[in-house]
Amino acid sequence: MKKEVKKVHITPRRRFFTNIAQGTGMSIMGGLLWAGYAQKAKSSALTLRPPAALEEEDFLKTCIKCGLCSEACFNRDSNRDKETLEHRPATLKMAKAQDDATIGTPFFVPSEVPCYMCEDIPCVPVCPTEALDITSVSNDKGELDFKMMNMGLAVVDSNSCIAFWGIQCDACYRACPLLDEAIKLEYDRNERTGKHAFLKPIVDMNICTGCGLCEKACVTEKPAIFVRPRELVLGKPGDHYVKGWDAKDQQRVAQQSDKDMTTHTERSKSEAVDYLNTGVDFE
Amino acid sequence: MSVSRRDFLKSSAAVAAAGAVGITVPQEAKAAAAKAESDWRWDKAACRFCGTGCGIMLATKGGKIVAVKGDPAAPVNRGLNCIKGYFNAKIMYGADRLKTPLLRMNDKGEFDKKGQFKPISWKRAFDEMEVHIKKALKASGPEGVGVFASGQYTVMEGYAAQKMMKAGFRSNAIDPNARHCMASAVVGFYQTFGIDEPSGCYDDIELTDTVISWGSNMAEMHPILWSRVTDRKLSNPDKVKVVNISTYTHRTSDLADIEIIFSPNTDLALWNYVAREIVMRDDKEKIIDWDFVKKHMVFAVGPTNIGYGMRRAGEKSLKDGKYTALEMETISKEMEKKVSAKEAPALAPYGLKEGDTMKHTAGTLKHWEISFEEYKKSLEPYTLDYVAKIAKGDPNEDIEAFKKKLQALADLYIERGRKVVSFWTMGMNQHTRGTWVNTLSYNVHFMLNKQAKPGSGAFSLTGQPSACGTAREVGTFCHRLPADMMVKNPKHRAKAEKVWGIPAGTLNPVGNQHIMKIHRDIEDGVVKFAWVNVCNAYQDSASASHWIKAAREMDNFIVTSDGYPGISAKVSDLVLPSAMIYEKWGAYGNAERRTQHWRQQVLPVGDAMSDTWQWVELAKRFTVKDLWGEYTLRNKKKLPDVIADAKKMGYTDDTTMYDILFANDKAKAYKLDANKFPQQGYDNSECLGDSRDVKGSDGEVFKGYGFMIHEYLFEEYASFGRGHGHDLAPFEVYHKVRGLKWPVVDGKETQWRFNVKYDPYAAKANPNGDFAFYGKLAKALSQGDLNGIKDKKKKPLPNKAKIYARPYMDPPEMPDEKYDTWLCTGRVLEHWHSGTMTMRVPELFRAVPEALCYMNPKDAKAKEFKNGELIWVDSRRGKVKARVETRGRNRPPQGLVFVPWFDEKVFINKVCLDATCPMSKQTDYKKCAVKLYKV
Amino acid sequence: MSNYKYLILRRISQITLLVLYFGANAYGWKMLAGNLSSSTILGTIPLSDPFALLQMLAAGASVGATALVGGLVIVFFYGLIGGRAFCSWVCPVNMVTDAANWLRRKLYIDKIERKIWVSRNLRYYLIILALIVSFVSGLAAFEVISPITILNRGVIFGFGAGAGLLVAIFFFDLFVLKNGWCGHICPLGGVHSIIGKYNLFRVKHNSDNCTLCMKCKDICPEVQVLDMIGKRSDFVAKQECTNCGRCVDVCNDDALGFNIRNYMKNNQEVTDENVN
Repeated sequence: MKKEVKKVHITPRRRFFTNIAQGTGMSIMGGLLWAGYAQKAKSSALTLRPPAALEEEDFLKTCIKCGLCSEACFNRDSNRDKETLEHRPATLKMAKAQDDATIGTPFFVPSEVPCYMCEDIPCVPVCPTEALDITSVSNDKGELDFKMMNMGLAVVDSNSCIAFWGIQCDACYRACPLLDEAIKLEYDRNERTGKHAFLKPIVDMNICTGCGLCEKACVTEKPAIFVRPRELVLGKPGDHYVKGWDAKDQQRVAQQSDKDMTTHTERSKSEAVDYLNTGVDFE
Repeated sequence: MSVSRRDFLKSSAAVAAAGAVGITVPQEAKAAAAKAESDWRWDKAACRFCGTGCGIMLATKGGKIVAVKGDPAAPVNRGLNCIKGYFNAKIMYGADRLKTPLLRMNDKGEFDKKGQFKPISWKRAFDEMEVHIKKALKASGPEGVGVFASGQYTVMEGYAAQKMMKAGFRSNAIDPNARHCMASAVVGFYQTFGIDEPSGCYDDIELTDTVISWGSNMAEMHPILWSRVTDRKLSNPDKVKVVNISTYTHRTSDLADIEIIFSPNTDLALWNYVAREIVMRDDKEKIIDWDFVKKHMVFAVGPTNIGYGMRRAGEKSLKDGKYTALEMETISKEMEKKVSAKEAPALAPYGLKEGDTMKHTAGTLKHWEISFEEYKKSLEPYTLDYVAKIAKGDPNEDIEAFKKKLQALADLYIERGRKVVSFWTMGMNQHTRGTWVNTLSYNVHFMLNKQAKPGSGAFSLTGQPSACGTAREVGTFCHRLPADMMVKNPKHRAKAEKVWGIPAGTLNPVGNQHIMKIHRDIEDGVVKFAWVNVCNAYQDSASASHWIKAAREMDNFIVTSDGYPGISAKVSDLVLPSAMIYEKWGAYGNAERRTQHWRQQVLPVGDAMSDTWQWVELAKRFTVKDLWGEYTLRNKKKLPDVIADAKKMGYTDDTTMYDILFANDKAKAYKLDANKFPQQGYDNSECLGDSRDVKGSDGEVFKGYGFMIHEYLFEEYASFGRGHGHDLAPFEVYHKVRGLKWPVVDGKETQWRFNVKYDPYAAKANPNGDFAFYGKLAKALSQGDLNGIKDKKKKPLPNKAKIYARPYMDPPEMPDEKYDTWLCTGRVLEHWHSGTMTMRVPELFRAVPEALCYMNPKDAKAKEFKNGELIWVDSRRGKVKARVETRGRNRPPQGLVFVPWFDEKVFINKVCLDATCPMSKQTDYKKCAVKLYKV
Repeated sequence: MSNYKYLILRRISQITLLVLYFGANAYGWKMLAGNLSSSTILGTIPLSDPFALLQMLAAGASVGATALVGGLVIVFFYGLIGGRAFCSWVCPVNMVTDAANWLRRKLYIDKIERKIWVSRNLRYYLIILALIVSFVSGLAAFEVISPITILNRGVIFGFGAGAGLLVAIFFFDLFVLKNGWCGHICPLGGVHSIIGKYNLFRVKHNSDNCTLCMKCKDICPEVQVLDMIGKRSDFVAKQECTNCGRCVDVCNDDALGFNIRNYMKNNQEVTDENVN
């Protein structure tokens, strides 16, 4: 069989456009792959960031992955033996490819090394890009205040927490650096024994900084108290209601007046007139 | 088909999970779960840890303990536990369990003090012990052989050890770590009641209206009791009051209505303040129950110039210059001390004023009766102003607020009809005036008739699981014999000699080698052989560097028996692997006099054998002629040669101590019977040998003693107390019940001693009255006043207890310009003692991996310490590095730091001072002076 | 040996920097802390990777002033003095690709291998692509795949699974494309090429001394910049030159050497002077 080969004349102009098309196509393909990977590389929602980190989305944009925070954490005065130069491991680790956090970004795993909440918060001022925002841990006088740290929130699994069984534990309570503030004990009578009390750990969500010392101290096989990023754990009450018994609660809903107050439901979908003009069923 | 544990967990989890969501489980899975569970053998036992004495149930499968649960039938804990108890199933399975004897050897295989540890056989281990004990006996006589004993011995182990030491080696140099823990309480009981152990019981918690905690962090140290206190508080929050009296804020303050932070040692003044309020307000308010006091009390006092239990001038190691000039600054106060401005008002009734030099004699238990007027005179100095001034422990607290708290405290005690329990632990016991402060507690309760009654009483909480049951009741102290008998009392010795089947005169009447004295005697070169049993004597003793140096550098032989390697094993020459708690039959006695037994649940790991076995095997190596010849003691008194008498009893020169003390006819009457409860179905490594075929002390496979030695040891020990206010039930009974509070009379336990309504002994002693304080010790006194005896004639005081005049005095070492901070040591909930067990439980290790230096944030700021920074904690004796903790569970006032002692890397006992209560010889771990500076 | 003078100096420079970075973390040294993404000298002078900053800005970050100043310091330094020296004197991946290249020469892979052609301008497209992807994904896109930072952080904080990328680059350069990573793909190299376009320190060729041995062209990782060899005396003016100095090292004829570009006079004049 013989086939006639049609000779195509390729003009420089045609070559130019083909090249452009080829380049563009490859760029789009590569770009999509790359963007896909970048999305994938964004941290899991469970990643805990250093104190004063911006919200995760902004943090990922702003962190330059220089590791200065981790180095400051590792080399803080309270972490090394100045005599033997021995160190404890740093709280802040720089994510590696296999870690569940964007590669190169700082994070910590409380069950391994919790945050010890240093007064001088050495990891924050060294951040060159302000991905760690010093103003978020500074009080009105401009002094650093470790109580303003906000890395996450401790959550108690009351099913696995042995204090809820009646075991006298409260290891988390004793380990908490804001003892009796961030974790409080709820006392309850143990009706079964008739003479013992439950001492149940309860986290105060407004005070807990998410340092993870509780998670580290928890004696159950897998910690029954653990730290998660706040937004993962917290709900949000409506902005239309203010606690009448709390003078400060109005601050919570300060933005409310700027909002469009129109409500939408399935029932209010059609314009009033359109609705009225639909027929009425007599049957 | 066998179901592995993993399968079981999976299938039972499936059942549970399915149940939770309402799914029917396939019959197969259900059957698998049931089958796996049916393979588990559950049996009761006592928790390994503190003096609370919680009951637990252990599950065994395949020769391993696989699970633990709180025993719902146990009255103390009703199925609950604290986090240490929660891990009872894990404590025996640390990766570094000791499995074989280890000896320091040179390359030729000979013992070498400077050599490295190498594994040896049990036979070789006993060979070495035999050689070195004989050497020690030759060099120093019975006083040259010492044993660091334990409040964690089982009853049987303690009894075997004490019998071999006192009857065999004729040495009283056996003293338990309970000396560090309960001795002041014991002497307090003896001085006040004439008999050891508390009058009340834990039921007081549910019955009382007021819990006052003195120097006790119950919330961490007795968590299950604390949960009972909490429940009582919740049951009636307005009526029930809780007071925490301590030198620093700790977890027990959480629940407290009143928290009193006092300056170390001024608890003496606080008690006297309450007593003064009672006495001074009595005229108007009729507070004192005079009927009770007149019927049942006498007033008494003893000398005040008794020193601080430190080394005294002229002792060998002091003369040899083993103590530095810095150390001598404190030790010199043992001989004399100037009366300080702080203590002068308190000492004024005793004829002393500020600047006077007090010349100290050695500690004495001597005391004499005084009148109520004299007692009242002794209380006069303790005005609210004086006490508030010296006792306010937080420099930042307002003095008026502090005074109000003191008044409120006194009011709570005094309030008519209000039931009050005073609990204390180490704060009052580890105290250079520990005995005094213990007796002061009873004063207040007695005058108000609030002692030995349901819901009222001063109650000493024990630290260790069997400090009461073994150390105290069995009497593994240098000065004691079983059931409150004393080695110095000839009648008591005679009784013991009779029960033990040994010649009259065998027992050594000099019992002064208490635990610190054994350490000091090693340093002085007197004790040449020492054996550490069920404790960690080289980590738990203050001034630790001295004792370690003496053990490592002097000519002596130190043996440690333990489950795990700790500091004591490390400084030893020979290390023996011990069977741990549930690897042997045993019994413990808790703080409320409750005796609890358990059976051997599993075989020990490796070649480990119980301490009972080790003692009994050692006894095989010594014969009548080895041990029962004549000795001259240090005080030149002679121990007679009793070999001839022994022969009259049918023994020969070569009869071994094993035959006399352990395998005698009485013992052999306790038969083994594999078909009989409680032996049926349980291992018994000592009596039967076991499937490990451990090669024993003769190099042959150990096949067992052939009789029920555990029952024999227990029953013989129990025979001492029966009929003497110490009655224990028969061995077998304890295997059926969840413990019984002695005295057990006619099968019934006793809740409140000395109270005629509840205590058959009191009823017998005083049938028509309400109370009888029937203890027998020191129940005849000379008469005198605060300054001395006026009439030497001893007046008997049957069935009476004593109220003592005891002044506030300074401890020997207080913060000054050079060492500006108080150091207090103690425990944390997560770890038991020196951490040999709990530091091997991964979860507990993770929770608290290191000991921290708890301090006030203001002190930290002033010294520029950051939280978590390593600092030196430095005393005249030594220094350790510890991390600063300003936010933790313990919150000291300015000027005081707290460092727990469980962590051998933060070896705080190198820093602590080995001053003791001169009467009880219990070390004061709660106060010495340190300076703090950056590493 | 004079044939390796600049190579040795570069290795010293690269390794010293890594040691300083490592020490800053491990021992708390203050000399140079952080990593190549951002660091501080003596705790005061900031340095930042301008490309990383560009990506972050594209991603929509508002970057702190310290980092921006650090970026300017870098741009100023390389723009004025260093040229593209980052790639050969600082970047640790250079050691990996140089090793691949060395092995490639030893194995005569060039002689055997089928050549594939990839444009050396790819890196510039990738810069643009990186910025677009950063913009789209809200994440500095090159920074999550950069083998430079992976290697750099690996040395300082310990290696992870990302080390595989370095191995991949090594084999890519060895078997697939000569000077593939540094000479074709790396967008950071592209950025530094652009920054260093007008710097002062440059290699200068003296064609009078040239014997046309072509050793320089054999060794040069960006061989297109040596287009004047044997033809005319001139500065190596193309922006891709990394100032690595290998050509100077291997030239036995004194035909290549570092010199300062003089913009005051025109290049031809300079050449003429040299001719005379």
